[in-house]
Amino acid sequence: MASEQGQTASEYIQHHLTHLTYGRYPDGHWGFAHSVEDIRAMGFWSVNVDTLSWSIGLGILFLFLFRIAARSVTSGVPGAWQNCVETIVGFVDTSVKESFHGKNDLIAPLSLTIFVWIFLMNLMDLVPVDFVPHAFYLAGVHYMKIVPTTDPNITFGMSLSVFFLIIYYSLKVKGISGFAAELTLQPFNSKLMIPANFLLEGIGLIVKPISLSLRLFGNLYAGELIFILIAALMPFWAQWTLSVPWALLHILIITIQAFVFMMLTIVYLSMAHEDH
Amino acid sequence: MNINLTLIGQAISFFIFVTICMKYIWPPMINALHERQKKIADGLAAAERGMHEKELAEQRASEILKEAKQQAADILSQAQRRGNELVEEAKDTAHSESERIKQLAQAELEQEINRARETLRSQVASIAVSGAERILKREVDAKAHQKMLDELVSSV
Repeated sequence: MASEQGQTASEYIQHHLTHLTYGRYPDGHWGFAHSVEDIRAMGFWSVNVDTLSWSIGLGILFLFLFRIAARSVTSGVPGAWQNCVETIVGFVDTSVKESFHGKNDLIAPLSLTIFVWIFLMNLMDLVPVDFVPHAFYLAGVHYMKIVPTTDPNITFGMSLSVFFLIIYYSLKVKGISGFAAELTLQPFNSKLMIPANFLLEGIGLIVKPISLSLRLFGNLYAGELIFILIAALMPFWAQWTLSVPWALLHILIITIQAFVFMMLTIVYLSMAHEDH
Repeated sequence: MNINLTLIGQAISFFIFVTICMKYIWPPMINALHERQKKIADGLAAAERGMHEKELAEQRASEILKEAKQQAADILSQAQRRGNELVEEAKDTAHSESERIKQLAQAELEQEINRARETLRSQVASIAVSGAERILKREVDAKAHQKMLDELVSSV
């Protein structure tokens, strides 16, 4: 597949790592980028149409599928789909109850959304790397990245949302003075140590969303890259020897990453709710 | 790999999805789960209660059975006693009845004897007279010997 459309391996890889981008050209007009240089020129004022669309599409899929179960839900004998959804809901509910001891109706649905949505986005990684992009290529769309979580914009979009929730609940539960005290009077309880405390706690706070998103992004990006490398560098009849074991391992990774993102969100928000 | 508007788009969709999930998906699901949990707990409690009640009922049933057996035995012995009494009574009655009948029969017998005696008396007189007539070969004046005859009759 590497030499398809006369590409070299590095061109193939580059092509697979480029987003379908819609943005503002330096001259002011809006349009789809045609090359990596265009994308670079657009800078911040651009949208990765592919990952964002897949992300929203998968989010809607999640809501749709779960809404089907929720609409006809019964406390009697559940159907097959309701049973499946109940398992996930019960699992998330247990995780939340174990880690989050405050009273907040947002945490559980938030966790469910994070878990299922990220799982679905990660799941796109198991779709063979050329299927969807090539279909879009035939339809005239040149770039198509279908795994939203390999786009740092997506992972940061979620982790920063979580970060804002952390700030919001910290302020709401502890008040401004409580939150400030937490940032400045720990771990060394002395007036002299306020700057050092603030530095430590500030970094600890800022690092939360960054670690949250980079962990997810790094895992998925690396996984996707390995799939692309396998597809680019091996003859098509031998690819399965590496891609199948990697895919099997990846089933574990995508689930764990979705779970870790959810668990850390719960833990961070739980810490935000703790009033000292 | 540059950071761009996608981030904001993702954040907005994230908030929208979470809101929808919180409104339309989580509450019905978790309510159903809790409801089923409660149902199962109730069912288990009911089963426990049923078991307990069954034990009590069994106990009561065996008690009633025992009582009934006792009662049956009592009734049986009472009936036996009553039966014996009846037999005794019947014996007594029969005895007294037979006495009565015997007495009656005796009285009748005596009556018969007396009547027979009367008849005999009256006939003996005439037989004696006719006998005497034959002996004397003549007519006896019954009137003349009436006194003697009467004496004779009364001595029979």
